[in-house]
Amino acid sequence: MPKEKNKMNFASAINDALHVSMTKDKNMICYGLGATDPKNIFSTTKNLQKRFGPRRVFDVPTSENALTGISIGAALNGIRSVVTHQRLDFFLLAMDQLVNSAAKWYYMFGSQRPVPITIRLILGRGWGQGPTHSQNLQAWFNHIPGLKVVMPSFADDAKGLLISSIFDPNPVIFLEHRWLHNTNAIIKKGNYKVKIGKAKICKKGKHITILSMSYLTLEAIKAAKYLYDKFNISAEIIDLRTIKPLDWTTIFNSVKKTKRLLVLDTGFTTGSVAAEIIAKIAIEKFNMLKSAPIRLAMPDVPEPTSSALTKNFYTRADDIVISVLKSLRIDYKNIKIDINQPGPADVPDPNFKGPF
Amino acid sequence: MVYSIKNKLPIKLYKEMYRIRSTEETIAQKYHEGQMRCPTHLSVGQEAVPAAFSQLVKKDDFTVSSHRGHAHYLAKGGNLKSMIAEIYGKKTGCSKGKGGSMHLIDLSVNFMGTSAIVGNSIPIGVGLGLSAKIKNTKQISFAFFGDGAIEEGVFYESINFATVKKLPVIFMCENNFYSVYSPLDVRQPKGRSISKMVSAIGPKVLSCDGNDVFQVYKTINKAIQKTRNGEGPFFLEFFTYRWLEHCGPNYDNSLGYRKKKDFDNWKKKDPIIKLRKKINKKFYPTLKKIEQEVDKEIINAFNFAEKSPFPKESEAYKGIYA
Repeated sequence: MPKEKNKMNFASAINDALHVSMTKDKNMICYGLGATDPKNIFSTTKNLQKRFGPRRVFDVPTSENALTGISIGAALNGIRSVVTHQRLDFFLLAMDQLVNSAAKWYYMFGSQRPVPITIRLILGRGWGQGPTHSQNLQAWFNHIPGLKVVMPSFADDAKGLLISSIFDPNPVIFLEHRWLHNTNAIIKKGNYKVKIGKAKICKKGKHITILSMSYLTLEAIKAAKYLYDKFNISAEIIDLRTIKPLDWTTIFNSVKKTKRLLVLDTGFTTGSVAAEIIAKIAIEKFNMLKSAPIRLAMPDVPEPTSSALTKNFYTRADDIVISVLKSLRIDYKNIKIDINQPGPADVPDPNFKGPF
Repeated sequence: MVYSIKNKLPIKLYKEMYRIRSTEETIAQKYHEGQMRCPTHLSVGQEAVPAAFSQLVKKDDFTVSSHRGHAHYLAKGGNLKSMIAEIYGKKTGCSKGKGGSMHLIDLSVNFMGTSAIVGNSIPIGVGLGLSAKIKNTKQISFAFFGDGAIEEGVFYESINFATVKKLPVIFMCENNFYSVYSPLDVRQPKGRSISKMVSAIGPKVLSCDGNDVFQVYKTINKAIQKTRNGEGPFFLEFFTYRWLEHCGPNYDNSLGYRKKKDFDNWKKKDPIIKLRKKINKKFYPTLKKIEQEVDKEIINAFNFAEKSPFPKESEAYKGIYA
């Protein structure tokens, strides 16, 4: 009988990365509201306190800004922290410490003391998360010099990138999409690292480059299969994995080959990461392109709560298919695009029952 | 005990206060030359707290401070030459010209940084306290700030956390009654005692006349002994007064935002003169000698800063990531 592979879901892979890192670095600490509560932040902090003790793993007051500053102070004395927030939106209360201190302490004091902190922020869409529980603000963090921004799409990358983030000497914003927590992958055991700043070519292709991030990569893979089966279109899918710094080499090489570009972004459209990618391609590689680049991002409105209002709100595989056909100037008006899963659009799969 | 001349404490306190005053006044005097090209917040009139602190803090204790941080940097033992060079934007500055007056650091004495944003360095001081507790050292972390910082949410968040976790942190509030030009009575309810309010959060609280260096010394000493003993955190409130404008080298009484009578009263409570009066006249020649030594040190520091090279322009684009 073959040895059973180490298959686990995204949330367990995060948990595994934390166990591995805390074993490796005996000073590392891990905290966040709910870190030791019975739900363990979607099980991502499970058994950490039991194994590493209350001095290194602890629950905290609801004080996002101070907790960020505290991790900076600890970092200045050589203690790495992983600080977790169950929703990115709450972390907006910590912008001062993130932007004015964490991102700048190393630079503005003449590169003397690094700030090795990792801030895990969970974001998402659907299930009525609504205006203030669903925001994908990677573009904000992307804007700030001194930060790194990581946004994995697969469970194995989540583990490898989280370990790399923790042992990176700089502040890293680690963005986890709630819709990925239950997705599975084969996870390498032990101290498995994935390099920050390196995108992954998920699927090779020649007709168009699809750049994607986080949950949208799953929709892109679905769309690419459909495009191939139905239209014989071969799309190259690049999962960015790291938002800051972006892997421009991989992006440029792919666009050079396919000459067409679609960028998917889980955030609002204006000022998005997609906007930045397209701007740079247009400025520096204008002659490479055969058609205007396209971006698919969230509309510039707060996300409403009612499922009636979000039926067609999110980017799904059919939107990706249509954008690709547009880019290739294929008339799709009379073709039925029957790709989306049946059932409501506000859950990752029919088994998802919330509550958040 | 603290009044005893035998242990030379009054002389040391005098020297520290004089050194801070003269450094700040030299900055003020030379600011118009246009070579110190950054916002500069001076501590003239507020020297007693840093001076007393300087005699009690240990080298490996941590300290962070605010935009008005020159005095705390010097009191912690921060290098004078590096500070002046930083204000001059020179390569030899403590932050290599990237931080300026509001971003001072000297890691050789665990002075961990100052911040331009009100209240911003307080949680960082708490994090340093947490690190000392995790590593089980006897270090204390000091966070300096003013009365304005009390109004920031992060102050509450930080002192609450430090209290819950019983951290070795001493919160050093220099209450000079003004946040820029805004007086306390438009910012906090009439009759409020900051100390009493903070006491309700749970830390141990002490307050005293921040212009009486002996009182300040006793207060800090008590807090340090207890905190070293695991009885922290402490919140200390010192009442003091800023003589010069919020930011810059000038007196600004012409603006009319504070009463001349108040200003004159506080000036009469000059902490340096107050101490001098308590020192026996027979030591005045000693004080004179100290003043001359300090003046010389300050002139040397300014010469060093003026003669130091600027950083290369290309340095601006380096050192963003570790």
